[in-house]
Amino acid sequence: MDPLILARLQFAATTVYHFFFVPLTLGLSILVALMETFYVRSGQEVYLRMTKFWGKLFVINFAMGVVTGIVQEFQFGMNWSEYSRFVGDIFGVPLAIEALLAFFLESTFLGIWIFGWDKLSKGLHAGAIWLVAIGSNISAFWILMANSFMQEPVGYVLRNGRVEMDSFSDLLLNPNLFVQFPHTVLSGFTTAAFFVMGISAYHLIRKNHPDLFRRSFQIAAMLGAISIVLVILNGHSQAQHMVESQPMKMSAAEALWNTESPASFSLLTIGDLSQRREVFSIRLPRLLCLLSYNQLECEIKGLYDLQGEYQAVYGPGEYIPPVAVIYWSFRIMVGVGFALLALALYALFLVMGDMLQTRQRGLRLYVFAIALPYLGTTFGWILTEVGRFPWVVYGLMTVEKGVSPLIGAGEVGFTLLVYTLIYAALIVADIYLLNKYARVIPELSVTGTLTEAGEDMPSLVRAQG
Amino acid sequence: MDLNTVWFILIAVLYIGFFLLEGFDFGVGILLPFLSKDKDMQRVDVNRRVIINTIGPHWDGNEVWLLTAGGATFAAFPEWYATLFSGFYLALFLLLLALIVRGVAFEFRSKDSNPRWRSLWDWAIFVGSLIPAILLGVVFGNLVRGVPIDASMNYVGGFFFLLNPYALLAGASTLVLFTLYGAIFLSLKTTADLQSKAHIAAKRLWIVAVLLLLALLIATYLATDVYARLGVNPGVVPVVGMVAILLSGFFLRRQRSGWAFATTAICIAFSLVTCFMIMYPRVMISSLNPAWSLTIYNASSSEYTLMVMTIVAVFFVPIVLLYQGWSYWVFRKRIEGKPESLTY
Repeated sequence: MDPLILARLQFAATTVYHFFFVPLTLGLSILVALMETFYVRSGQEVYLRMTKFWGKLFVINFAMGVVTGIVQEFQFGMNWSEYSRFVGDIFGVPLAIEALLAFFLESTFLGIWIFGWDKLSKGLHAGAIWLVAIGSNISAFWILMANSFMQEPVGYVLRNGRVEMDSFSDLLLNPNLFVQFPHTVLSGFTTAAFFVMGISAYHLIRKNHPDLFRRSFQIAAMLGAISIVLVILNGHSQAQHMVESQPMKMSAAEALWNTESPASFSLLTIGDLSQRREVFSIRLPRLLCLLSYNQLECEIKGLYDLQGEYQAVYGPGEYIPPVAVIYWSFRIMVGVGFALLALALYALFLVMGDMLQTRQRGLRLYVFAIALPYLGTTFGWILTEVGRFPWVVYGLMTVEKGVSPLIGAGEVGFTLLVYTLIYAALIVADIYLLNKYARVIPELSVTGTLTEAGEDMPSLVRAQG
Repeated sequence: MDLNTVWFILIAVLYIGFFLLEGFDFGVGILLPFLSKDKDMQRVDVNRRVIINTIGPHWDGNEVWLLTAGGATFAAFPEWYATLFSGFYLALFLLLLALIVRGVAFEFRSKDSNPRWRSLWDWAIFVGSLIPAILLGVVFGNLVRGVPIDASMNYVGGFFFLLNPYALLAGASTLVLFTLYGAIFLSLKTTADLQSKAHIAAKRLWIVAVLLLLALLIATYLATDVYARLGVNPGVVPVVGMVAILLSGFFLRRQRSGWAFATTAICIAFSLVTCFMIMYPRVMISSLNPAWSLTIYNASSSEYTLMVMTIVAVFFVPIVLLYQGWSYWVFRKRIEGKPESLTY
């Protein structure tokens, strides 16, 4: 097999896997920090138990995010050495800053938080988890600054056969970063909100610790509703930005082969990929214009015309990305977004109407909905990254030029296989533990101090059912 | 001093930070199965938890020194980053795998009481500490010795070239040195039985460490261009490193573990400084043609990027040192082997 294909597969597999853990870290750190803050301010023990319960799940998930992140830091050099040489002057900077500003902060203070319950004052201990939350979220900022350069190169000059940094502030103010960062972080909040709502619903249905899980559900429903509304609004501006900066990606997401004016929005398109044409399509007239430019008249270029324009600028070659992958990724992401919006609004309705104890069937939905944000974020990234094809840095370097020249298929294939096996084993262990600790509730001992939900502790309480 | 040299020094500092902090982490992980031994199986488990808890709050933060060193290499010397990581491909892949299973193992091992579950993760901690402790020596041994790098800055040696006798000797040295360092750390952080076992282990390991370091010193004169570059008298740095390890044996015998820890740390730091002195101003030495070596000039980022990075480092490295130092202060107490007082 071609080492390029294997290197791309390895990047896709390790990155998608890594991003199973990141969104939950982004949001759950905030939720746990909020819960502990409520505890510090109100002194109510229920908030301490919430902090411990969700904190345990947070730590299990965080560990997986950290270790899979190590691979990301070094994979560029290993499989993409030509890419690293070409962009290092710019791309290495946010990676280094991310480690220095964010990784140190989150890992040091998480250690303090886990082991520091009886060593720090309550306020300081809550401060530690806030620093973890801040660290995780600024980590997202810097790595998205790196990704934004790949999507929309700014602040550079081409010199010495590579891109060199011309303006750090231009990189910081990359327009793509300012639509992508909120989208990513708020999706993380949404993921965590639905994670907490789902597990809380599971316990509420079984009438376990209703006070603890009612409050958890309430906080998560608030955060979830605010976040998903903002995710959708922000996704809208992101798409509008995409029409300008990467028209090919937008047209592929709409399976728009021929230029249309006014452009319609595809509800369902079945295409013939070998002949590259539409076979069957349901389209809503003018809606794409409304979405792209907030007006009814517009022209959206089709894939064929864009291909011609790109060839005129960049020379002969294939510039149309894999349309079916992008078309369906886009629809799954958007579909998930609206499903989550409906669920979040219904959750708010349940909370406001104080119906969490009575609407059993409604609550059951949320247990299954835990999976939805994962689906949305995964396909969102597939849309973003595959949609950039054939570029690794948009307009500047194609994917095939970036790969390590002397790494053979044997090496990439072998490492891909081992990553796959190890990652598969780890996800089994991870889900086993998450599942176990999602059902175990920390109890207060007689003395009033909290014992952990560890197997070693005698006061372990297992939820019924 | 130009910015290229500043960044060469800063990257050396980051690697030294990593060796100094994660060095004892690795040692503790390697010693885990040996020092926890007891006839009473329950006691074994408590011992293991105590041993892990000595580094529990710190190992992750310590590991970030490596990530930062890697990121800084990418930012300041992209060619070095690209050549090193694509060149030492399988070695670094093994290092990553080890760090993955080790990191997960720390968090997962106590979250289930099944003995097989625990022994699986304990084994992961051991192997995940052992492999990096060897590989880091192998990698730095090869960096100092020089590797086949062609005119277009690509490593052409393959995996088995890295396993030459000199690099393996360097790998054995880091392995034993880190284990010694970890043993002394454990004797400082534990009490009673564990403390004395760690102390005995340290005294034994010290002899092996001294012998290996002497052999490495001689081999360095034979295998690298240190003689041509530094002369017979290598200067104060390597000498301080050797004297420090000898002193550490003296302190170990006098039961002065704090001093033994400090002198072992000095030995590790100064040995690594020696490596960087031999390399400077080269960052990847080509054994094929000296002109093909990567240097701090032909491998570096632009002046502007180095300036941006310098400003960031000047502001934030001290802050990191401050709060990481504080975290060691918070957990300065020894950990006792009482099950009811242990954090899991």
